[in-house]
Amino acid sequence: MLRASRASSSAHRAAARRCFATVQDAPPVKRYGGLRDQDRIFTNAYCRHDHGIKGAKSRGDWHRTKDILLKGDSWIIQTIKDSGLRGRGGAGFPSGLKWSFMNKPNWQADKRPRYLVVNADEGEPGTCKDREIMRGDPHKLIEGCLVAGRGMNATAAYIYIRGEFYLEAQRVEQAIAEAYASGFLGKNACGSGFDFDVYVHRGAGAYICGEETALIESIEGKQGKPRLKPPFPADVGLFGCPSTVANVETVAVAPTICRRGAPWFAGFGRERNQGTKLFCISGHVNNPCVVEEEMSIPLKDLIEKHCGGVIGGWDNLLGIIPGGSSVPVLPIKQCGEVLMDYDSLKDAQSGLGTGAVIVMNKSTDIVAAIARFAKFYKHESCGQCTPCREGTTWMMNMMNRLTEGRGHLREIDMLLEITKQIEGRTICALGDAAAWPIQGLMRHFRPEVERRVTEFRSLNGPVMFGGKLLSEVEDATLALPDNLGGNLVEGGDRLVEAPNPHA
Amino acid sequence: MLRIVSTTGVSVPVKTCTQRVAHGVATTSSSRLGSGRNKRTFSSSVARKAAPDVTLTVDGKEVTVPAGTALIQACEAAGSPIPRFCYHDRLAIAGNCRMCLVEVARSPKPVASCAMPAMPGAVVLTNSPLVHEAREGVMEFLLANHPLDCPICDQGGECDLQDQSMRYGSDRTRFHEIAGKRAVENKDLGPLVKTVMNRCIQCTRCVRFANEVAGVEELGTTGRGNDMQIGMYVEKVMDSELSGNVVDLCPVGALTSKPYAFHARPWELKNTESVDVMDAVGSNIRIDSRGTVVMRVQPRTNDDVNEEWISDKTRYAYDGLRFQRLDTPLIKSGDRFEPATWQAALEAVTQGLINSGAEGNQIKAIAGQLADTESLVALKDLVNSLGSDNLALDNAKGDAIPFHGVDVRANYLFNSTIPGLDEADVILLVGTNPRHEAAVANSRIRRSWIHTGLEVGLIGEKVDTAYGYEHLGDGAQAVLDFVAGKGPFAEKFKNAKKPMIIVGSAMAEHADGGAVFKALSKYVQANKSKLVTPEWNGFNVLQRAASHAAAYDIGFVPSAKAASTKPKFVYLLNADEVDPASLPQDAFVVYQGHHGDLGAQLADVVLPGVAFTEKSSTWVNTEGRTQLGRGAVSAPGASREDWKIIRAISEFVGTPLAYDDTISLRDRMWEISPTLVRYGVAEPTSPDVALAGLAPLGTKTKDVAISGAAFKKPISNFYQTDPISRASVTMAQCTRSFVKGEDYGLSGSDKASHATFA
Repeated sequence: MLRASRASSSAHRAAARRCFATVQDAPPVKRYGGLRDQDRIFTNAYCRHDHGIKGAKSRGDWHRTKDILLKGDSWIIQTIKDSGLRGRGGAGFPSGLKWSFMNKPNWQADKRPRYLVVNADEGEPGTCKDREIMRGDPHKLIEGCLVAGRGMNATAAYIYIRGEFYLEAQRVEQAIAEAYASGFLGKNACGSGFDFDVYVHRGAGAYICGEETALIESIEGKQGKPRLKPPFPADVGLFGCPSTVANVETVAVAPTICRRGAPWFAGFGRERNQGTKLFCISGHVNNPCVVEEEMSIPLKDLIEKHCGGVIGGWDNLLGIIPGGSSVPVLPIKQCGEVLMDYDSLKDAQSGLGTGAVIVMNKSTDIVAAIARFAKFYKHESCGQCTPCREGTTWMMNMMNRLTEGRGHLREIDMLLEITKQIEGRTICALGDAAAWPIQGLMRHFRPEVERRVTEFRSLNGPVMFGGKLLSEVEDATLALPDNLGGNLVEGGDRLVEAPNPHA
Repeated sequence: MLRIVSTTGVSVPVKTCTQRVAHGVATTSSSRLGSGRNKRTFSSSVARKAAPDVTLTVDGKEVTVPAGTALIQACEAAGSPIPRFCYHDRLAIAGNCRMCLVEVARSPKPVASCAMPAMPGAVVLTNSPLVHEAREGVMEFLLANHPLDCPICDQGGECDLQDQSMRYGSDRTRFHEIAGKRAVENKDLGPLVKTVMNRCIQCTRCVRFANEVAGVEELGTTGRGNDMQIGMYVEKVMDSELSGNVVDLCPVGALTSKPYAFHARPWELKNTESVDVMDAVGSNIRIDSRGTVVMRVQPRTNDDVNEEWISDKTRYAYDGLRFQRLDTPLIKSGDRFEPATWQAALEAVTQGLINSGAEGNQIKAIAGQLADTESLVALKDLVNSLGSDNLALDNAKGDAIPFHGVDVRANYLFNSTIPGLDEADVILLVGTNPRHEAAVANSRIRRSWIHTGLEVGLIGEKVDTAYGYEHLGDGAQAVLDFVAGKGPFAEKFKNAKKPMIIVGSAMAEHADGGAVFKALSKYVQANKSKLVTPEWNGFNVLQRAASHAAAYDIGFVPSAKAASTKPKFVYLLNADEVDPASLPQDAFVVYQGHHGDLGAQLADVVLPGVAFTEKSSTWVNTEGRTQLGRGAVSAPGASREDWKIIRAISEFVGTPLAYDDTISLRDRMWEISPTLVRYGVAEPTSPDVALAGLAPLGTKTKDVAISGAAFKKPISNFYQTDPISRASVTMAQCTRSFVKGEDYGLSGSDKASHATFA
């Protein structure tokens, strides 16, 4: 990145000398992607090599960790800040900044213990990157805990591993045991004089426990229900102590960044979206995979290069969900344009999320797919706050109806309105996550939903609000209230005579 | 508890005034008595540390509140009330109903005002289109799964959801899903709380109350998402003497009062503010009546006494007012009572007095728990005017001078005051179970125990107090050991900043009571620098009968000579706990009271008095706080106000009392003790007087060997302690369900559940 900008500035000067053109030359186009093997951080993501400490050391883990630790907390945090690392768990908050919240002025006066909590409760549908890290490179995570823990002056790290991840928990436990045996953890970790412990806590498989404060509650042994913020975990977190919750990938890349330097990491990807990232591509591609790539790689490149393309060719693509189940779907046109980074996908009204790319080709029933997401969120809502508790169920019911088209055209707008009533009104982000996929569907695939509604009505006659058929009304002699929508005829309705009981 | 600075709400300045007055009294009296140390200015009497204030703008109005105030309080202070369901200022913040959303400048999303602290310089809008839209959305979600059964819902008319839907709800629903509304099975929480769980909006107020205040940690939520339910996890009743408060807390009709079910609508009820007499706490209550019937009892907020909770006995024993009532004078003829006119009954009393030949101390008056102060004063005056000093209470050892003496108020009152329970850091309970003797005050101990490092020690029978305690022993020996400084708890008590000793009223009835009071008074004298200071009096006697503090105040105790006199004429005023064996067979017995309980059975003449809901009378609670009860309904039948009956008797026996209306009677009470007509305040006793009062207990009582008998809890069945609660069907059901543990209610047969509504 630095090299590139230097080269471009000399080109500018040359151009200025030659002509009086007032139009500034555009900065040179940079292509992203094509991460070289020597730049990969997760070199054992596919578990082809030894995941134990011996293999990890041979891949460079635990190499001069002591020196990193001895550089001190502010150096570590400044390095992470300079590297431009943003949280890999989905929200994309700048990690260096977040970690620095732990080191408020005069933090030493606070005698409470301080915790790093690693969020390994990877439950987002489509996401499977942390799983690969814990399987293949558990030592990167453990070393990351130590480095990040040193950076935020934590006394211990808790790794909250999803209940379903049995093998992964086993590998992480093994790595911790090996690290302790080698003196990398515990008292005087790595001989640096810094004491640090790592504990594993296994969850019971609730999606909401991946939310940072719900995760804290869960570790404390309570029901996994998100807490109100403020106070933020950096003030009052795990067991009432200052804590920071970070994703597995965020933590695991920290030692490598510290070892290879912030500029190296910042050299990947666009400004504000630097670094490399694990992408998990699933769905209708020839070769679903988890792959580490440069940030800002075009979505199309990612799929063509690493996944062998969409099944049936790019033109057979229907839409892609670029960041796990909680971000809106993108139609084919946008899929060809977007870059896989936070800003580009945000501009496309979607999000990078966890980098879980779900590819759907034309064989997909997109409405049913989104309805399935709605069911997922209904099932995983903790039930604490009203909009999410009531709204997710309502949305699921409506989506289930719209899948077969049982409804009114105007109910699509009503559904959108409900998503707006949930979005941003809840304690945690699950409400948002439940609302966005439906908004994405209606933004890009509304004609498909409308087609189903019209088709259903033409086959079955008018439908009342809520999904009941007008023909199912038992007593046709009773007057139907107007607000049931039974008398509301929409285009394409096959007008059926209501059954006459006296006939 | 938050104090709003800028709203000069009525309660705040009043409270500061009383504090000032109180401390002023303490200061002057202590300097008069010559100690002169620790002089306190008026300004220092405001103990609360001034928190830095923050100023913010709400709807264009600037408002200043103490730092740490929730935004919802700040908005309220600025005159913009915020709708809410889950927020309650005496419970922890849940922030889950989302009804209190407000718009805060520079915040992208609407903010839950209950969960957000007021920030300096914040600009808050509570009435913007965004806020309306957000609240309307939340209201729609709440109503989506809420049944439309308002016409048959007991909460109707006082339902938060109903009220707020008037403003934020739509007149037409958009919820028509064929999947239908949520249906939730009702829970059986016992005979007091009726559940209609379909109506629940999961605000978790009840859960927080049960966990934080009542100590029922089983009440909680199960399931998640739309399947979340409130319940006891397993099929179990909610066994707590404070359970009725969840009915008040529930913003919808999910938890309603079972005995009150389908009985009345709030707009039909006449509200009368009064005082409870089921225990000596003197909880402030509101009596809701329709016609001549008390329909229900609700709490009234008084931060110094009951906050806004009342015990289940206070709340539900009112149906006892309808049964077993004495509504006409009765004269015993042979083995049965004959109804009589007042004239005949009063003549029979006069004749009885003459025929018994009772003279002087042979005329004995025994007062019970429910005797009001006015009638106690009148009865004492009457008996004194007949030449007798034989005044007794109906509890054990009530016919002798109590061990603690009655010369100084501090000897028998709860001197630290009930709010003082929040400040204590070590509490020693002696022969008492505050959970049953003062249920509402006990919740303060529990709160303090949860939130501060409060340590509690107990000497006496092991009981479930709803908080942890160290059991120091069963009887007087443990008290002596404590006083001798043996054991770690005595050490902790010595080092405490605000130590507190709570002696149960049962200690005055125990054989070792004298030794206990002697030991404790010596201990207090020795540790007076901590236990009795101008700010803090840590020696407390917890009364459990509503009348006893007043009885001691007016000196309703026998002289030593009278105590040993065998009575020939006995006047029972509400005395239903009296031991029948203590009344001589040949004595003429008059009973005056409102229930046909034990006392009436012993009588030769029964005079029908009225219950506390039917008269305006004075009650002194265990702190010495005088409060005025008010009559809510008219008296049944021919019954008359109690002091008037005594006044009438005085006329018949030829020694008419000097007062014939309430005002002159209260003037007489003022003569006896001005505290009896200073309402609402618990006047502290100055330290020197308090110590002087305790001193004789330590020296004058002669050294008797202690019997070593274990201290028994005086109340074995919380639900039936007085004639009203013994006559109550609801309390009988509570006894079955909670005390005897019988299977009861929904889980039982159809009959059982029908009986609930009887």
